[in-house]
Amino acid sequence: MFTNEEIATMDQIIARYPKSRSAIMPLLHFVQSLDGYVTDRGIETIAQKLDLSTAEVTAVSSFYTQYKSEPVGEYHVGVCVNTLCAVMGGDELYKTACDRLGISNHETTPDGKVSLERIECNAACDYAPVVMVNWEFYDNQTPESLRELVDGVRAGNPPAPTRGPKKLRTWKENSAVLAGLSDGLAGEGLQAGEASLRGLKISKSGGDK
Amino acid sequence: MTPEQAVTAVETVTATIDGIEVQVPKGTLIIRAAEKLGIQIPRFCDHPLLAPAGACRQCLVDVEVNGRAFPKPQASCTMPVENGMVVKTQLTSETAEKAQAGIMEFLLINHPLDCPVCDKGGECPLQNQAMTAGRAETRFEGEKRTFEKPINISSQVLLDRERCVLCARCTRFSEEIAGDPFITLNERGALQQVGIYEKEPFESYYSGNTVQICPVGALTGASYRFRARPFDLVSVNSACEHCASGCDMRTDMRRGKTLRRLAGDDANVNQEWNCDKGRWAFKYLTSRERVKTPMVRGADGELHEASWPEALAAAAAGLKNKNVGVLVGGRATVEDAYAYSKFARVALGTNDIDFRARPHTEEESEFLTAIAPKLSANYLDIDAADSVVLLGFEPEEESPIVFLRIYHQVRKRGLLVISDAPLTSRGSKKLKAKLVANTSSISGLTNKSVIIVGERAAETAGLLSQAVALSKSSGAKLAWIPRRAGEPGAIQAGALGTLLPGGRPVADSSARVDVATAWGVGTLTSNKGRSTSEILTGLSDRTLDAVLLGGVDPLDISSAALSQMLHSFVVSLEISHSAVTAIADVVLPVAAVVEKAGSFLDWTGKARTFDKAVEDAQSRSDLRILSMLADELGTPIGLDSVAATAREITSLGKWDGADATFTQVAAKPAPTDVTLVSWRLLLDLGTLQSGETNLAGTAHKAAAHISAAHASKIGVSDGDSVKISSDLGSLTLPVIIDQIADNLVWVPRNSEGSQVIANLGFTSGSVTVAKA
Amino acid sequence: MSKLTPVLSAAWDQADSFTLEGYKRNGGYAAIAKALGMSADEVITTIKDSGLRGRGGAGFPTGNKWSFIPQGDNKPHYLVVNADESEPGTCKDIPLLLANPHVLIEGVIIGSYAIRASHAFIYVRGEVVHVVRRLQQAIEDAYKAGYLGKNILGKGYDLELTLHAGAGAYICGEETALLDSLEGFRGQPRLRPPFPAIAGLYAMPTVVNNVESIASVPAIIDKGVEWFQTMGTEKSKGFTLYSLSGHVKNPGQFEAPLGITLREILELAGGMRSGHQLKFWTPGGSSTPIFTAEHLDTPLDYEGVSAAGSMLGTKALQIFDETTCVVRAALRWSEFYKHESCGKCTPCREGTWWLVQMLEDLEAGKGSEAELDKLLDLCDNIAGRSFCALADGAVAPIISTLKYFRSEYIAHQTNGGCPFDPVASTLFDAVGAK
Repeated sequence: MFTNEEIATMDQIIARYPKSRSAIMPLLHFVQSLDGYVTDRGIETIAQKLDLSTAEVTAVSSFYTQYKSEPVGEYHVGVCVNTLCAVMGGDELYKTACDRLGISNHETTPDGKVSLERIECNAACDYAPVVMVNWEFYDNQTPESLRELVDGVRAGNPPAPTRGPKKLRTWKENSAVLAGLSDGLAGEGLQAGEASLRGLKISKSGGDK
Repeated sequence: MTPEQAVTAVETVTATIDGIEVQVPKGTLIIRAAEKLGIQIPRFCDHPLLAPAGACRQCLVDVEVNGRAFPKPQASCTMPVENGMVVKTQLTSETAEKAQAGIMEFLLINHPLDCPVCDKGGECPLQNQAMTAGRAETRFEGEKRTFEKPINISSQVLLDRERCVLCARCTRFSEEIAGDPFITLNERGALQQVGIYEKEPFESYYSGNTVQICPVGALTGASYRFRARPFDLVSVNSACEHCASGCDMRTDMRRGKTLRRLAGDDANVNQEWNCDKGRWAFKYLTSRERVKTPMVRGADGELHEASWPEALAAAAAGLKNKNVGVLVGGRATVEDAYAYSKFARVALGTNDIDFRARPHTEEESEFLTAIAPKLSANYLDIDAADSVVLLGFEPEEESPIVFLRIYHQVRKRGLLVISDAPLTSRGSKKLKAKLVANTSSISGLTNKSVIIVGERAAETAGLLSQAVALSKSSGAKLAWIPRRAGEPGAIQAGALGTLLPGGRPVADSSARVDVATAWGVGTLTSNKGRSTSEILTGLSDRTLDAVLLGGVDPLDISSAALSQMLHSFVVSLEISHSAVTAIADVVLPVAAVVEKAGSFLDWTGKARTFDKAVEDAQSRSDLRILSMLADELGTPIGLDSVAATAREITSLGKWDGADATFTQVAAKPAPTDVTLVSWRLLLDLGTLQSGETNLAGTAHKAAAHISAAHASKIGVSDGDSVKISSDLGSLTLPVIIDQIADNLVWVPRNSEGSQVIANLGFTSGSVTVAKA
Repeated sequence: MSKLTPVLSAAWDQADSFTLEGYKRNGGYAAIAKALGMSADEVITTIKDSGLRGRGGAGFPTGNKWSFIPQGDNKPHYLVVNADESEPGTCKDIPLLLANPHVLIEGVIIGSYAIRASHAFIYVRGEVVHVVRRLQQAIEDAYKAGYLGKNILGKGYDLELTLHAGAGAYICGEETALLDSLEGFRGQPRLRPPFPAIAGLYAMPTVVNNVESIASVPAIIDKGVEWFQTMGTEKSKGFTLYSLSGHVKNPGQFEAPLGITLREILELAGGMRSGHQLKFWTPGGSSTPIFTAEHLDTPLDYEGVSAAGSMLGTKALQIFDETTCVVRAALRWSEFYKHESCGKCTPCREGTWWLVQMLEDLEAGKGSEAELDKLLDLCDNIAGRSFCALADGAVAPIISTLKYFRSEYIAHQTNGGCPFDPVASTLFDAVGAK
């Protein structure tokens, strides 16, 4: 079962909301931060905490793609294959990732280190093609950079995200952030990437006159 | 509609549907207004008793308001009619017709073509509406979605996800109506599917309703699966014999055999729902234990088959000029109960008759004589109540449709429910019931409140008195809801030592004259009749010589009841072999409910009359047999048929004379030593549930509920076993730590592993609890 | 005159733009003092008068939305920020939140004050952890600085702000689905009426606004209605973020007055990538029907785009050149909608399932031209038939690509497969794609 400390954290999460049921999503993120995926003990504890049936919790957890019903890797690689990224190289990147990792969509390497997912648009189209690892941005990927990236995560030595903390955090660590638990890393990384500043720089240089 | 609503003028709106003007109450949905005109708009997710979903989109129609047309067709199941609205359904609008055909095509692309082996085939809304709103040929050439064929979502409900059209009727029912969200829509998009959490299956007492309202063959009942084609079945209206809720029912028969039972429609009672016991517990009808012929105990001490004349003669010989007690189980129809009542008075010349095969008291006898016949509360009072008080009554376990009615109001408007239960049951949790230790802590009742006492109120001295006092002082309506279907009718029939038919007190001479006149007999005995326990005592101390029993399980009364009868002459009118038939001198087989006509009165006094569904020359109703037996005794009661009996009851009418007296009984101090408390669960080892294993699989597992303090005192934690002992015996159950007084232990009364009367000798009393 | 008007993005080039100090240095949190000095109704009127319209896609006037909240009803009111940016092509809110979360918080305080809410929520998509971090920190810092919590700036106004991370569901960008999700249910759209203004979060009066809409509020309060109205067109006032992506030399964010054209933005961005021509583009994400080169001069405001047969949407300008196969593009978008359909209603759930299968066949060159009519007929049976707008968005790319590029669909059939080389449209070309 969960430790008293973990249960206390759950109670704090519940206390953020006017109605306890709202806490179901952060609680599921929290369970993933402890167990790596939505475990039975997680579902049962959430149901009990929120006074729901276990079916109701399952109904919610299975609706959202970030909640995993099976363990994923310590590093979860998502290759955007929505139209724009796919066209600009996402399809090639996905193949590259499959080849390099020897796994395909929704699979995890046997050492449990890396899992792979074809993901939908992640709101970074001006950095296409985009790869996410543990939901951190790896912008403007090429097959070479992706090979380095997946080799790095496999070796436990991943390159830093393009717009994110200095050091890539694990799936579980990032799940805790999604549960609303601060890791104190907000100050790290760029405030804005090159593309984000495109218009501003032109404006500042008077290039839009 | 409550009487109050009826007098308030209902605001109406007028619209035109397919060129026909229609006036409906404001708020009426287009789909309902169209129904009023006989225009059937196809639909799947729509259900009049569920909140609109607008999910299936099958009911799209063209709508125009004030000359402005909606740019897109609208779901008629979610849009209320407005004044001046012009609606064009598939009958008059090509847009609506195409929209509906388009939706139907989408629904069918992933639907398997297994209609020939589907239970729903022949009564399937999808099949039927595909004929009217669908294309002849599919344009879909792709791959269908496939799922593993049916999976059990409980032992009695199977789910075939391939057939599911995701209308969410089942999940909405479970949540909105039953409050049991154990089935949910899982996953999303095209992979969305109904499902359970493996470890918490669909064990709702109302799960069968989802099978009934499923518009396809996705949900099927395990017991009916592959049994019949709908068009081979003969449907008859029936009433439910399982409790006093009073459900309208439909029984479907094939070649004289009951294959399934469905909830019927009665807006003022069960709406369109019933419970799983009512739906699925009918295997007892065809049990191998059925008594098929009369039997007489021979000189060898064994029962032997006998002819009717032989058996009746033997019974008459044993009863004639003897002191006889009559015990009528709570399962008799009004007409049968009336026959017992009349038989006791006319043929046996006694008032020693009681219908209570359960714990009872003198206080209750007076309550049933003086108060119960005059009660008038009904379901609509619950709908309009400002609060509902439950005393000795667990509605979900003991009258499940009453539960649904209360739950609906709790969900809809937060109706306040107060219960004197010792712990929060599953039902109470759903009702958000406020538990009170005793009635003195109840305040604030008004004439809009409803106080419901259950039959278990008789187990607490003074509780019925308090209920009566509370009702008098506040003006709150009082209702008495027994568990068994026959008990309200038995009161009406006078199957009680202090009561004659029509609510006439035995003690009242003019009441006796009334009845004697109607029956054409000289006088009726004025002696106060014995109660069930007094009859049993009479049998054991030989002040009574014989007993006539109709459908009584002695273990429902007490552990000693059977042995108390051992030395008496016993005549048993029974459906199946039982502990009583095992000791009876004469056994007379009677018809089960589907084999006879009759009626049950529900707790509100409303009669639900049903016809014989099965023709079977072997089975005679109790009243017919009692009539023959009375003839044999030379004191005819003249009840040749159910119809004649019903006419006689009607012509007797109700008592309008002086009230019988009800003596207030003082409460006893609550016990302080370790005390067992119990009630029956809806699904348990009840006789009428025998033979239905799929249903039994969903019964709640027995456990002993004790407080945390109690548990720590005896050194047990959740899941450990405890042994509960009385002077008479013991039972061992897993323990659940619960919010309950430290000196109380709650167990189910008649469940697997927890048959309290048999195991401990009582339904409540002093016990010891120890770690097993 | 400048074509670009950086307001929201004005300080994004400062390394600490996301911090409280950075924000304050650039004049941040000045507007709340002003707003809290006004009556709530005055704030609503100001926003109404400014002509600010929703930047999340629908373009509903923000001030009007606020004014629908019943007043004096003794019920809790809620402001919910839709930061679930997921529409394909859309990438404006995420960089905004990464670079300047405080401007959103300031807007939230003003908006909540205006609608008399004492609890606000930011529903941010869960697949952007660093953005979640920045928002968390910003909220924490705003609490510490007294901009959130009890008695804000000593003006007697209390506000709690809760950050809520989603978990991967495009449909939660639909406001009622978002509310269900925030309440802890599956994110499926709700029946309307009742509208959120009457019964939204926890069945209480609720405003749901897009990040950019709320983030635009402090500047309007600070600089005034007139200043705001100097930008934009007659019915589409102010500045907005245009997100340029795809086969262009310099993709990125361009903050400009509403009504700018793609031709102008493309010029600023250095044009298409070398040696290639514009083939098709989306004006506001994948749910807005595609445009072609003939629409280069369409004013990118609510009316202009709509008059040309599409929608301004999220101003996500996804640019595709002649190397891109439209059938492949339509298929990918269809796969997206199939994946993201919530499953509630039949036409969307089953329709997207079918569309993907048809488009797969069409991309593979199977079938005859009659299939295209069937495809359009299916789209006709989906559009306007579903519970929410997701399915309308799902058929938009199909109908619009068929409108402009029907011959390309047929070419797949005559060619027995896709005539395009997918590698030619990648950024990194064939090199290294092994």
